[in-house]
Amino acid sequence: MSDELEKLRAEMARTTPAPDRDRRAATLRRAQESFDALQESAAPARPTERRTIWLRLSDGVTTMIDRISPRGAMVATTALVAAGAFIVLPQDLFLLPGAYVEEEVVPVAPIPVDQEMDLADLSRENGRAGAGAVTSEATAPLGQRARPAEAAQSLAQPAPVATARDESVVDATVSEGFTTTAPSVAPPLAQRHALALPDDAVAPIEGSTEAFANAEPNPLKSVQTDPVSTFSIDVDTASYSVLRSSLTGGQMPPEAAVRIEEMVNYFPYAYPAPEGDLPFEATVSVFETPWNADTQLMHIGIQGARPALEDRPPLNLVFLIDTSGSMQDSNKLPLLKQSFRMMLAELRPEDQVAIVTYAGSAGQVLAPTAAGDRTAIEAALGQLEAGGSTAGQSGLEQAYETAAGMAEEGEVTRVILATDGDFNVGLADPAALEDFIAERRDTGVYLSVLGFGRGNLDDATMQALAQNGNGQAAYIDTLSEARKVLVDQLTGTLFPIADDVKIQVEFNPATIAEYRLIGYETRALRREDFNNDAVDAGEIGAGHQVTAIYEITPVGSPAVMNDDLRYGQATAAAANTDELAFLRLRYKAPGATESWLIETPVPTELGAPGDDVRFSAAIAGFGQLLRGSEFLGGWGYGDAIALATGARGEDRFGYRAEAISLMRLAEALDR
Amino acid sequence: MRMTTSDEELAFAAAGGDGRAFSLLLERHYDRLFALCYRLTGAREVAEDLTQEICTALPRKLGGFQGTAKFTTWLYRVAVNASHDWRRREATRARASAGWGDWEIARQAEISEARDAQRWLREAMAALPQDLIDTLALLLDEGMTQAEAARVLEISEGTVAWRMSDAKKRLKAMSQEALEDE
Repeated sequence: MSDELEKLRAEMARTTPAPDRDRRAATLRRAQESFDALQESAAPARPTERRTIWLRLSDGVTTMIDRISPRGAMVATTALVAAGAFIVLPQDLFLLPGAYVEEEVVPVAPIPVDQEMDLADLSRENGRAGAGAVTSEATAPLGQRARPAEAAQSLAQPAPVATARDESVVDATVSEGFTTTAPSVAPPLAQRHALALPDDAVAPIEGSTEAFANAEPNPLKSVQTDPVSTFSIDVDTASYSVLRSSLTGGQMPPEAAVRIEEMVNYFPYAYPAPEGDLPFEATVSVFETPWNADTQLMHIGIQGARPALEDRPPLNLVFLIDTSGSMQDSNKLPLLKQSFRMMLAELRPEDQVAIVTYAGSAGQVLAPTAAGDRTAIEAALGQLEAGGSTAGQSGLEQAYETAAGMAEEGEVTRVILATDGDFNVGLADPAALEDFIAERRDTGVYLSVLGFGRGNLDDATMQALAQNGNGQAAYIDTLSEARKVLVDQLTGTLFPIADDVKIQVEFNPATIAEYRLIGYETRALRREDFNNDAVDAGEIGAGHQVTAIYEITPVGSPAVMNDDLRYGQATAAAANTDELAFLRLRYKAPGATESWLIETPVPTELGAPGDDVRFSAAIAGFGQLLRGSEFLGGWGYGDAIALATGARGEDRFGYRAEAISLMRLAEALDR
Repeated sequence: MRMTTSDEELAFAAAGGDGRAFSLLLERHYDRLFALCYRLTGAREVAEDLTQEICTALPRKLGGFQGTAKFTTWLYRVAVNASHDWRRREATRARASAGWGDWEIARQAEISEARDAQRWLREAMAALPQDLIDTLALLLDEGMTQAEAARVLEISEGTVAWRMSDAKKRLKAMSQEALEDE
């Protein structure tokens, strides 16, 4: 009976061709070249498991010292503080595991209990032993296993700092196997806070299959020729998390990964809330540009209404989870499970959850289940395993089908796609995916895309999906980020209060000569799209804030770049010099097809910006630095840090402190 | 008897920067890797490309080899993953793609008897779902046990056994159908 298999085996053996000799030789040659290229780029050899720990340690130190510049080395001799377990004094190569510097290590604020537990869980799942490396948990003065982002978040004030000359320093030291005890070189001046570098975050991001969606920075526009600027709002935050993961990994983020509006919108701000039935309130403030005294920033802050949480409609959530083999890394599927578990605790008994997987284990893993039935949901989550092979026919289709089955009048239904970028959802071509999603959008099902892990993160597709699916894209690199996206901002993430929100600004040529929208490159709309309700735009969730910043050049300012037009129509608006611009906002009530219009003039008076506004400006400046913008003049990371530090405000969750740490990291890496 | 360095030792040495170890490792495994790629994809050209892709990406990937599994297990997992990527790319490019589903190749076989046999093989493979193809492709490797295939695919041994019986069932059903057609 099993002859069939034997026949297959025989037939396969007979027909399998021998490899082409020439191709074989060529491939082996290429592979060797690629091997050599890698050795050159990552000069210090990776540790082999059989070398002794001592040999490895001393190697690492030498490599590190080789790579510290003379100036850096001098500083380093005075204070080279290892976060965990040993000091390194480069001058005499003194090396002593188990010892640490008493002074200059600022004690770290204790991690709140619940967070600590999360971290412990995480590191358990993380559990790569880091064979043979010095792990001195007992002696480590810091929040031992905490990965830096979490650590930074719980530290609030102390900012991780590294003055590594370039990424390879960080790389070199860590790849030498100092798992939890990566040494950090103390910075020249301030903060001798110890820095725990992540064990896995520092590993070079493998391969080059990451794709990012971005466009050229918006150019400077002349009000005379181009008075109207139109764009869709964007509440994604993925770009910020991606660049954080790059920076904490010791690498500058790819320029294309930097979307400034997503950086700015990552942070919660307390803009004035709307009154009455309006879904949101827009506040405009105008103040001097931090990087150019001759221009001004026009800052538009939109605050979404915060409906009482108790009144929220029941939620139907379909988790569409990528379980392909690549998801097995500790920062992917395990983190995802952890994240969803955290979120489950926030749901109400009347909410419903379903789980659909794609790749490997097939199809619906959990039929729609009341969120009250935690045991069933947890069990289904626990059974998810990365690995496996086959392309699930169309996970996305099935997820939407499931969602459609769950949806009832007055409920909010959302598909949450969690992936590391393997969009093996049955449709792999972004354009086809977009079409599919755009079609489903009209059924009223929202889509959130959560990215996990780095390496083949397909940011471009994530963006395409979220933008077309009435949803958001967020990138989850740490448990804290999961908490931010899925727990702290549960309402905003999951409950839309206004759909298709578009912004149009008409500048007054009598008062403003030139303007430039900072960020939103991928969200530009045509002028006529503003009034076309068929054109899709971004959503605002409950309690969300959205910020847009223009740099504007007043008429007569020395900063004006364009000459006046000889035959211009400057006279047309000459009458009105009290207004800078006219702001128009369009939005639809969730699910509605017709839009509402809000209009408001922007008066010319300059204001004194509050913390929120200044902090967002600092982040906008930071983003432009990362993109290598030409508009900043000599304004640099130091200025961004100063501005952000002065505008940190209450910073309840430590997000801003973390951003400042990232600025410092970027400053160190970008030299 | 001659001394041979184990694959695993070579892999570690290569990950540590030893170019000779790397070259030796590839020399050792190229042919089997190619054959696996062929069984996974069903097209010679694709298999050549895929093998090259895997080999050139290998230096980078070696850092991730932890030695908890045999080197071949690890390498085959890389290959299976690479074949998935290929399928995905292929799926976007065109519906009728190269590989086991491509009838053209079978039609070109010269001798009719061999053609029938090849045709049977192609039809059989094309009719199988991808996870069965993966499993078969691995198990047809000499010296690959069910336990090892399970490790490569990161599934349980029971699942491999189950897939094999599933494959048998499907193949049998196919033969039955063919008989009825005649």
